Amino acid sequence: MAERLAASLPGFILALALSPLLPGIINKTKALVAGRRSQPLLQSYHDIAKLLRKGAVYSRTTSWVFRAGPVVGLAAVLGALAIVPLAGVPAPLSFGGDLVLLAYCLGLMRFFTVLAALDTGSSFEGMGASREVQFSALAEPALLLALAALLRQTSGLSLIEIYSAAGTSSIISAGPEMLLVAAALGIVFLAENARIPIDDPDTHLELTMIHEVMVLDHSGPDFAMITYAAALKMWILGALIVGIILPVHSGSLFLDLGSAVIGMFGLAVVTGLIESSMARLRLLRVPHLLASAMVMAGLALILAWR
Amino acid sequence: MASWSDALMMAFILSDLALLSSGRLKVWVRIVAVQGLMLGALPMLAAHGQPTLRMAILMAGGVGIRGMVFPFLLSRMLRSANVRREVEPYIGYTSSLLFGIFAIAVSIWLSSRLSLANPTLPPLAGPVAIFTILVGLFLIVSRKKAISQVLGYLVMENGIYVLGIWMVMEVPMLVELGVLLDAFVAVFVMSIATYHISREFDHIDVDQLDSLKG
Repeated sequence: MAERLAASLPGFILALALSPLLPGIINKTKALVAGRRSQPLLQSYHDIAKLLRKGAVYSRTTSWVFRAGPVVGLAAVLGALAIVPLAGVPAPLSFGGDLVLLAYCLGLMRFFTVLAALDTGSSFEGMGASREVQFSALAEPALLLALAALLRQTSGLSLIEIYSAAGTSSIISAGPEMLLVAAALGIVFLAENARIPIDDPDTHLELTMIHEVMVLDHSGPDFAMITYAAALKMWILGALIVGIILPVHSGSLFLDLGSAVIGMFGLAVVTGLIESSMARLRLLRVPHLLASAMVMAGLALILAWR
Repeated sequence: MASWSDALMMAFILSDLALLSSGRLKVWVRIVAVQGLMLGALPMLAAHGQPTLRMAILMAGGVGIRGMVFPFLLSRMLRSANVRREVEPYIGYTSSLLFGIFAIAVSIWLSSRLSLANPTLPPLAGPVAIFTILVGLFLIVSRKKAISQVLGYLVMENGIYVLGIWMVMEVPMLVELGVLLDAFVAVFVMSIATYHISREFDHIDVDQLDSLKG
């Protein structure tokens, strides 16, 4: 136990330190493709530091739920981070069936963000909350089906067992099922992190945005927590994909960590490229995309079952 | 070799799912053409890569007709009837996708009950054959445009071809050529019929055919 804790601690700390880089890399890629100068790579760090120095403003109509939202969100996402292995690097915590806990940690985070949004009584935030809940109700089955397919494929019970087995049977020999799972997780990654085909993170028009509209009323340290939790969430869902696509299990901690971090940055670059080459889908078309993620994950599960 | 044929089968399943989820008829034509090309490669895989003259002729015929002549005829049909997409299918695209996943499960179960498997083909070939036939049938009954029905028929025909290879490895050449000719004539006749329907009625929605029953 203590041994694994020591082995996993570098990965955990690295995630805490590097996750705000991911939005920076995405923005840099988008700027490069569009041929303009981007904000600095470390913009998220600056934002968080600036927000932490400020005071928070609370509307008189809000209750303790509004204040609890960001705190519970950050705590839930930290809990999820503790059980997700980063390709070859194990996670600090692991037990049989922890993948269900992962889904529900993310669910708890979303639930409290939605509650906090509803607590403000703003109609825009209610609209955003309604959309967020509608889309995540479709993204969550896709995530769980993809994890179930991995579970069936590798016959492990915890995320660590799944991902260490996913490394030994590489993507070629495990067959196209792994690719299907990775594609399904990729769509879930874009949906859950409010990236472009589903939601536009840059828009500030309340009528069209989904995630961004729910956190409009948060300010100061609360908003810093939300920004940081969003970056960590991106890291967690990214780690699920990188563990399949780039399963390096060399045994040396340095090499494993390095390749996983490079994989995460590569994923961020790919996300940036997707964002530069696509427009946001119409809201009515989003459920169809999420359903196709669900179908891909279900197909992988059926094929693994066979 | 095994992983290649597995990937081919997977591509077949995905192309069927893409047919279910898309409403653009141009995309349909392209997907059906790609399926035709994949069918051309299938006998090669079944023979473990030892090409014979007979196989080369069949492959050339199959690829030529399914992959080139059909798309040409079909896209000409799309132009002459002036339709681009299936506007309001009887069953929506998302529900069709969910039907797809259900049909895959059924066809895997069904092909595990049949003990006719050709050992040289990937184990997925049976489910793929049954699934493609089911998808073709589903497209025929759930879409409105007459062209969709032609395409659904072609998808079904692709499925039947895979089923034939899966069950009996050596189909006599005469039979295979006959099947190809049949499909060709069917598409030819249907394209002429569709053209006349669209010229007569200004649309090719088959749900209006009900009014012909007295």
